[in-house]
Amino acid sequence: MLLQDKDRIFTNLYGRHDWRLEAARQRGCWNGTAEILQEGRDWIIDQVKKSGLRGRGGAGFPTGLKWSFMPKEVGARPHYLVVNADESEPGTCKDREMMRNDPHHLIEGCLIASFAMQAHACYIYIRGEYVLERERLEAAIAEAYKAKLIGPDNIHGWDFELYVHHGAGAYICGEETALLESLEGKKGQPRLKPPFPAGAGLYGCPTTVNNVESIAVVPTILRRGADWFSGFGRDGNAGTKVFSISGHVNAPCNVEEAMSIPLKTLLEQYAGGVRGGWDNLKAVIPGGSSVPLIPKEICDDVLMDFDALRDVKSGLGTAAVIVMDNSTDVVKAIARISYFYKHESCGQCTPCREGTGWMWRVLERMARGEAEISEIDDLLDVAGQVEGHTICALGDAAAWPVQGLIRHFRHEIEDRINKYRAGKPVFVPVAAE
Amino acid sequence: MSVRRLAANQPDSFAFNKDSEAKIAFWMNKYPEERKASAVIPLLWIAQKQDGWVCEPAMREIAARCAMPYIRVYEVATFYTMFNLEPVGEHLIQVCGTTPCWLRGADGLKAVCEKRIGKKGRGNLSADGKFSWEEVECLGACSNAPMVQIANRDGDYYYEDLTPEALEAILDDLAAGKPVETGPVTRRHCSEPTEATVKVLEDAALFDGSRAKSITLPHSARTAAKPDGDRKSKPASGAAGSAKAAAEAPKKARKTASDAKPAPKAEAAKKPAAKKPAAKKPATKKKDD
Repeated sequence: MLLQDKDRIFTNLYGRHDWRLEAARQRGCWNGTAEILQEGRDWIIDQVKKSGLRGRGGAGFPTGLKWSFMPKEVGARPHYLVVNADESEPGTCKDREMMRNDPHHLIEGCLIASFAMQAHACYIYIRGEYVLERERLEAAIAEAYKAKLIGPDNIHGWDFELYVHHGAGAYICGEETALLESLEGKKGQPRLKPPFPAGAGLYGCPTTVNNVESIAVVPTILRRGADWFSGFGRDGNAGTKVFSISGHVNAPCNVEEAMSIPLKTLLEQYAGGVRGGWDNLKAVIPGGSSVPLIPKEICDDVLMDFDALRDVKSGLGTAAVIVMDNSTDVVKAIARISYFYKHESCGQCTPCREGTGWMWRVLERMARGEAEISEIDDLLDVAGQVEGHTICALGDAAAWPVQGLIRHFRHEIEDRINKYRAGKPVFVPVAAE
Repeated sequence: MSVRRLAANQPDSFAFNKDSEAKIAFWMNKYPEERKASAVIPLLWIAQKQDGWVCEPAMREIAARCAMPYIRVYEVATFYTMFNLEPVGEHLIQVCGTTPCWLRGADGLKAVCEKRIGKKGRGNLSADGKFSWEEVECLGACSNAPMVQIANRDGDYYYEDLTPEALEAILDDLAAGKPVETGPVTRRHCSEPTEATVKVLEDAALFDGSRAKSITLPHSARTAAKPDGDRKSKPASGAAGSAKAAAEAPKKARKTASDAKPAPKAEAAKKPAAKKPAAKKPATKKKDD
């Protein structure tokens, strides 16, 4: 059964209604916030743990557990909450809708999470390109200050400053330590961990970095109960989730649904189905460009959650579903993703800086068929040398799509190479329109 | 990574205008006093919005304002790709070319730009000098693909659900100096489903104010002693009680707050007009740790 409207957290996801404070309150934002804080920080963290909420930014780390890593007592260094709104994973466009259409969910979540972690200041790091979203968020925060919901001496009794900070077009700043570096006014190059941000994060102070969605769902979870939230999805994959659907479907969209919804149901019920029908499906990238693609056979019955997708050697990531129909030149599609990682590598670690460019150049040739069969294994080998050998996960993210391509579409690359070598014209289907 | 260099021709000097100064004051206020470097990206952006690009003297000026060595500002300006290191067209068309947009026809948009404006590259101006274009990486509007972001004096907004024809129309309007509506060019409002088999977010009960009624928190620790059935007491019946509790809540919570962290609170309370992060004091102490 599909998720009902009454169980959707983001009730103004599509901006059909006013985003401002008064309207947001009518939709239930800021209802009972004082009581939530009154329950105490242990209760809040415990409820978030019990809800089964796993981080919505891609890695799926349990949010409540992450919060509990913060020092129990505030020492000489203040605590910070930093919200990762640097949404740049190709395919992902969910946080944008939350920030421009439902900003008060996020602002209230920032207050509650900061209180739970004893932070009096929070920064929302929004990607530089989201100019409208940043303006909207600033306006919503100004409203919250004016209504004394946040700020010094607010009605909730927890002094709390909320600031918006912006980036300037670097995907890598979505990595939490690169984000902190960027927020400190440096190049966005990831830090070695440990120390983890909970020990030494922003300005060397204990910091927790959470995705927009992870923070924005918290007030509703606490209002409606951890068991309400954990009632959706399979064990270990609790809750509702905003899925971004793009690519070759009849009507791409964002939609909040229960976790563990079958991929086919998601696409057919909400996105008008695959262009040309389900049988015209070639492959799906189920969780943003970093996760390996899955071919149609797997798409037929796979569930959209962390465990099910991990079991088919892919991942839920940010739940950004990129659909490719049979007209797609899948080698070219992955080559374009490789170009993305080459462009976005911060250059700090050699395997990534050199490897991303190398993989892209080889894939571009393979897309034309201009390669040796043996190079497929070379490519796999290099991908393996990049994966796991870098400070941050960008190296992995660049390697996985390539590995996924070879795992499922090796025959297609081989065919193309053979045709090229036989001097026959290479048939390159045109991707879109 | 992308290799970016400063333009060969640089002006002799740079000064922020009055509008920019107001914006700088707003941004500088967000970071602890001794962490001015945090404002470097916002300040570079302000400089870019003022002049259309970031020149070398601007970087020196920003270095002074952010109390950081010039080379660090240079590093930041060349690292982040949104900074124009050379003059660009009055309207800079940024076509998203990453896979989700490519799948839905970004190549068609690129062809339009090539035909109308010329060679790719943000410094390559069109014949009339008004436009330049470049291909950028994922702009995070994938359910509204293909799309472009247009940077000009009016802002940096998205134009979505495009077709080559729609982009041509937008370019025509910009060239003629006409206002252009931002967002999807179709009848879509944002990224809502248009072909869903069910209605999504149309239940009137979500918007009639029923959710603003006072609630009783489920699993409350404070009411845990009560039998289970009590937890589910109707919102209406508990309204008066919880409103009262809510009124009392601030005092209680504030007490906890001041217990935990007296210094920054007092400081913040003293000067609410000049908002400064709570980090102000303790951050200096960091070195002692």
